[in-house]
Amino acid sequence: MPRLSQWFIRAAFIYLLSGFTVGALLLAHKGLPLHPALWSWLPAHIEFLLFGWVVQVTMGMAFWILPRYWQQPRRPNPGYATIAFVLLNLGIWLVVAGTTFRAGPWFLPAGRAAEGAAVAFFALHAWRRIVSREGT
Amino acid sequence: MPSLTRWYIKSALIYLAAALLLAVILALPPSANLPLFIRYLNPAYFHLFLVGWVTQMIFGVIYWMFPIITRAQPRGNAHLGWASYGLLNVGLLLRVVGEPLVGARPEAGFGWLLAVSALLQWLAAVIFVILAWPRVKEKYRGG
Ligand code: HEM
Repeated sequence: MPRLSQWFIRAAFIYLLSGFTVGALLLAHKGLPLHPALWSWLPAHIEFLLFGWVVQVTMGMAFWILPRYWQQPRRPNPGYATIAFVLLNLGIWLVVAGTTFRAGPWFLPAGRAAEGAAVAFFALHAWRRIVSREGT
Repeated sequence: MPSLTRWYIKSALIYLAAALLLAVILALPPSANLPLFIRYLNPAYFHLFLVGWVTQMIFGVIYWMFPIITRAQPRGNAHLGWASYGLLNVGLLLRVVGEPLVGARPEAGFGWLLAVSALLQWLAAVIFVILAWPRVKEKYRGG
């Protein structure tokens, strides 16, 4: 597994644990009230798990396992995938800052834009690797 | 494909079917006169889909395909894998039962079901990450 996939997947595991921790606190709170402020963490729960876990683990797997080229670099334009990694994680934290931490009205749209750009960069990297055995 | 992966993937497919069935029930018009507890199944629908299907499918594929650790114990301690599988599924099913119970009859004292469900699912994730973390690495080249 290449180094960048290791980064994607380790980060995804950390978000899985963070997201499940927040989710477990929320669920326990629904049954046995713990603290009313917990609900403000619901957007962080969703963000950590949908983008931090599901999207990130998928990108890590795809970077590793999509068909590779015969010559070097076997995974073309790895720089685009690295940018995707940085933007995705930046986007997640901007969204959490804008929702759970109420940092200001521009954090949420900025975070969403970063996440969208991350997906676009990842697609730029992956597009030419989505081919048949004959390379067509 | 290891047998734990088969259990993960088959369970995932069953959860997907269950989630979609629940989606149909939740979409019925008010004139269908469904019992009160159905109204509280919306989060269960989301989580049957996202935990039962998506996450469980990912767990199964990771356990199967990530680089092995050594030839002697390729996928690490399989007992941990089975423990994680059991905890995740019991935890999720407890939620599906507990949430509508607590929603429809808050006074009945079933809140602890949700706390237990939360703990089981959380433990499942922790154990899975402990099991899979050492396999996030370069291909195994012997030794
Ligand atoms: C990959 C895993 C997960 C994803 C993607 C996810 C996503 C979501 C989403 C999208 C919502 C909002 C649902 C709505 O608006 O009705 C939500 C709510 C919630 N989630 Fe999760 N979740 C995950 C796992 C978990 C786990 C493991 C737990 C508990 C142990 C949990 C506990 C909760 C709770 C308590 C709510 C609030 C439900 C309510 O509105 O009453 N989630 N989650």
